Amino acid sequence: MTAPLNPQTSSDTSTEQTHLPQVTEMRNPGLPLDLNWVLSAQANTSAIERRAGNIAARRSVKKAHQAAWLLRAVTCIDLTTLSGDDTARRVERLCAKARQPVAPALLDALGMGPITTGAVCVYHEMIPPAVAALAGTGIPVAAVSTGFPAGLSPFPLRLKEIEMSVADGAAEIDIVISRRHVLSGNWQALYDEMSAMRAACGDAHVKAILATGELGSLRNVARASLVCMMAGADFIKTSTGKESVNATLPVSLVMIRAIRDYYDRTGIRVGYKPAGGISKAKDAVTYLALMKEELGDRWLRPDLFRFGASSLLNDIERQLEHHVTGHYSAGYRHASS
Amino acid sequence: MSVADIFETMDYGQAPESAAEALAWIVDQGGRFGHFIDGVYTPPGAGFESRNPATGDVLATLSQATQEDVDAAVKAARKAQSDWAAQGGHGRAKMLYAIARLLQKHARLFAVLEVLDNGKPIREARDIDVPLAQRHFYYHAGMAQLMAAELPEREALGVCGQIIPWNFPLLMLAWKVAPALAMGNTVVLKPAEYTSLTALLFADICRQAGVPKGVVNIVTGDGAVGEMIVAAEVDKIAFTGSTTVGQRIREVTAGSGKALTLELGGKSPYIVFDDADLDSAVEGLVDAIWFNQGQVCCAGSRLLVHEPVADLFYAKLRARMDKLRVGSPLDKSIDVGAMVDPVQVSAVSEMVAQHTGGETHVAATDVPQDGCFYPPTLITGLNPADTLMQEEIFGPVLVSTTFRTPAEAVQLANNTRYGLAATVWSENINLALDIAPKLAAGIVWVNGTNLMDAAAGFGGVRESGFGREGGWEGLSAYTKPKGAAKPLKQITASAGDGGPAEGIDRTAKLYIGGKQSRPDGGYSAPVYGKSGKLLGHASLANRKDVRNAVEAAQAAKGWSKATGHLRAQILYYIAENLDARAEEFAERLNTMQGGRAGMKEVEASIRRLFTYAAWADKFDGQVHGVPIRGVAMAMKEPVGVIGALCPAEVPLLGLVSCMAPAIAMGNRVILAASEPFPLAATDFVQVLETSDVPAGVVNILTGPQADVAEPMARHMDVDAVWSFGTAGLSEVVERGSASNLKRTWVNNGVARDWLGNAGEGRTFLEAATEVKNIWVPYGE
Repeated sequence: MTAPLNPQTSSDTSTEQTHLPQVTEMRNPGLPLDLNWVLSAQANTSAIERRAGNIAARRSVKKAHQAAWLLRAVTCIDLTTLSGDDTARRVERLCAKARQPVAPALLDALGMGPITTGAVCVYHEMIPPAVAALAGTGIPVAAVSTGFPAGLSPFPLRLKEIEMSVADGAAEIDIVISRRHVLSGNWQALYDEMSAMRAACGDAHVKAILATGELGSLRNVARASLVCMMAGADFIKTSTGKESVNATLPVSLVMIRAIRDYYDRTGIRVGYKPAGGISKAKDAVTYLALMKEELGDRWLRPDLFRFGASSLLNDIERQLEHHVTGHYSAGYRHASS
Repeated sequence: MSVADIFETMDYGQAPESAAEALAWIVDQGGRFGHFIDGVYTPPGAGFESRNPATGDVLATLSQATQEDVDAAVKAARKAQSDWAAQGGHGRAKMLYAIARLLQKHARLFAVLEVLDNGKPIREARDIDVPLAQRHFYYHAGMAQLMAAELPEREALGVCGQIIPWNFPLLMLAWKVAPALAMGNTVVLKPAEYTSLTALLFADICRQAGVPKGVVNIVTGDGAVGEMIVAAEVDKIAFTGSTTVGQRIREVTAGSGKALTLELGGKSPYIVFDDADLDSAVEGLVDAIWFNQGQVCCAGSRLLVHEPVADLFYAKLRARMDKLRVGSPLDKSIDVGAMVDPVQVSAVSEMVAQHTGGETHVAATDVPQDGCFYPPTLITGLNPADTLMQEEIFGPVLVSTTFRTPAEAVQLANNTRYGLAATVWSENINLALDIAPKLAAGIVWVNGTNLMDAAAGFGGVRESGFGREGGWEGLSAYTKPKGAAKPLKQITASAGDGGPAEGIDRTAKLYIGGKQSRPDGGYSAPVYGKSGKLLGHASLANRKDVRNAVEAAQAAKGWSKATGHLRAQILYYIAENLDARAEEFAERLNTMQGGRAGMKEVEASIRRLFTYAAWADKFDGQVHGVPIRGVAMAMKEPVGVIGALCPAEVPLLGLVSCMAPAIAMGNRVILAASEPFPLAATDFVQVLETSDVPAGVVNILTGPQADVAEPMARHMDVDAVWSFGTAGLSEVVERGSASNLKRTWVNNGVARDWLGNAGEGRTFLEAATEVKNIWVPYGE
């Protein structure tokens, strides 16, 4: 069986055997828009900040556990480049890093087989070099789509962009929602938009970027999360990385509690992707602990959890080397992307 | 487990905090501890072992204080006190600041030692207990600095005996010691016998800070030592612990003149409305009842859930409970540590085992077999009549029932002997701020729980005790008005020959519930003037009249909700009507007491009515500067029903001086009139009747105060008693008040200058109000 997030690859690749669980998660078929549910969602900011603020103090992982958790984090990274100056060679370098995110010598010392990152995330134009560079690895290519990051290009073009990205081989599509639908309280419009985008994705999995930094309140984040899941999102994701505020623990708490509510009511597991601003190994461990506490161990796998990050990997590599050697490491000792 | 294995299981593993430094400190002290008296550790004496409740290991041997030890500590404190007070605010501020800094410098040592001794999780000791203890010393360093400017009329009480519990050993020490020292008192403190180590480490900190010898004394031992401190020549007892012991202390200190504050048990309601952020309310319960293994006096231990969301809420709660990690308190990833002692585990187990109703959910989480561990437990479907809904469990056991309406939530919440704290969850500000003032509690948290800070007073009502710790409101518990005390002169009624009174016979009755009523016993006694002439008869009230008056006062609850403006209007109206009959009242006073001071007293009474009419809408609460994004509102609320034994002297002014502040603040009063000169009070009834005072707000009894003092003090539906009558009644009132731990204010046989400044003002207003701190974190 294939892991659902990479439907075009098979499980017989060596990398998958080391890190992907042999599970089949049913895709989220969505629900009719349930406005009663959406509008009953509450999010008390102060209380959420308190919980988010003490998760790191409540859960600490040390030594071998820390190393294992960091390796797990690596497998959940969507290694990302989303820059205007991206080139095919730049993307190939990134893919090389995705294939081998941690030096084999370090993995050997940790008693681990090879691992890869969760995916590589690029703009539409960079899909072909990425697909080529990752051929046979089982690593999916994710494309940001729908007029990323503002999501304000003509709607038919946004749908067309999805279709073209899927046609070019993107296995995952990170769409951006229209923030104006949330800010104007037009949940039906948000639902319809998300449904149409989900349909356009076909077999490709869809991650809904809420751009939480632009939604005004945690309550809106909770409600937008529910609407996107009802409309069939496979993942909900915080940010494009281009807003002034990106992934935060309070926002994450709100979104993963929405995921939990959705699971409790439907039995469907929707994935979560915090993106932007997560650059330290310690932060990655805190996010994993938050997922484990609020959603459970099942959400600690790349089919249900991703970090949208670019510099996080280097910090994790340094911490892993510290674990192996006992000495604090330096960034230049680890291969760049 | 290998990294590859953990990579699959994603377990937390263990993240133990090292105990090495704390254990080394104990070893450095020889593993045996004496007391800390007059600046030195005494040689260890016969005593007892202090154990780590998580492992059962013996940590150290402590000494059981003897009477000589306690006497020596009190003597040292007494000797040191005047110099300490004379250091001045700035001198004491520097010392408290140094203590705070040293607590910070040794923060981890204190935290780990606390964990070893108490069993609480290291996260809590490290992130809550120790930082809050520091905060109390910093905050009160500031209070010492400001004392002269802000409390110019107050001075230290003297020597304070302080007895603290085992649930927050260092933090409770800080709550007690910091304000006492700031105000110029010296202390003799007894930590709980289970958990004395951080207090002994604190003694070392005091030495390092240069605290003068004798200012802080620490004696260790069990309840017997506590009793010695209570009986010792101290000026004040501050106790935190069980309600039963608190009642006992109230009884044995009755009439001793010792000031007393009690912070006792609780069964605090935790109310969740259907519009709450349910996930956050569930998480709040982790901080409410699974904080410190539920061994928290203000724990939100009684969950009240709005029916529409009850099933959903319970499902979320049970799922959350199953995620709690119970285990070694030194593990940084532990939520619930060890209870303090096997005795506590058995007590909780027994209470839960004896109970059969409802549905019990025990957290599906691993619990260590050895050590004092108890699993987080939820019992739903209970009724107010169930014992577990009424009795404090003091463990990680949450009990619950549901409610239909906001009014029912309030009714269920207040259906308790206790009144320490309450929690309200709702996203509706109208609802939350309507409910909060209605809850019988000293502290209310809205959309949060167990929020605490030195700047906000902590303390309760009802059988949760009296007095506040922290904030401006906490300082009155460690100060007294300046000035030398003069003994109260005994005044006896005039005697006479029983001849007929002049004019048409007038019947002076009792005034209860807005009606003049005959005394239940059917007895009256003659009242003679100074000249020996019969002036009339006064009714002799008995305990049934007290009962009737309390019922009338309780029925007049609407007065407490009346606006300050309205209360002021009525006080002015009383003054106006008294003024209209000033001559007559003056004459009556002169006839009863002799002399010509009657008019002066009437004028003073009118002025006093004006004073409290003025205060009625001006004795404002505060918004405390607490370190959260939000407000902690210190609201002044009426105490409720206040019984007052009015002074024998100045029979009109004394009555007015008790009545006016009480009703200005929204209380209802039962006034026992001046015993020798009752007719000023009975005449005053006519003034009240013509002044729109609602029925039951003011009730007046005449006759021997000794006959009504006891039933008034013991009446469970009276919230406070003031005794300005004869000296002996102070003891009666204080002892009787232990029945429901009502507040008391007694003269202890000391005279008060009713005509002067001492006869009115803030002291009266503070006695007529409770401070309720309502915490409202906000943010969108």
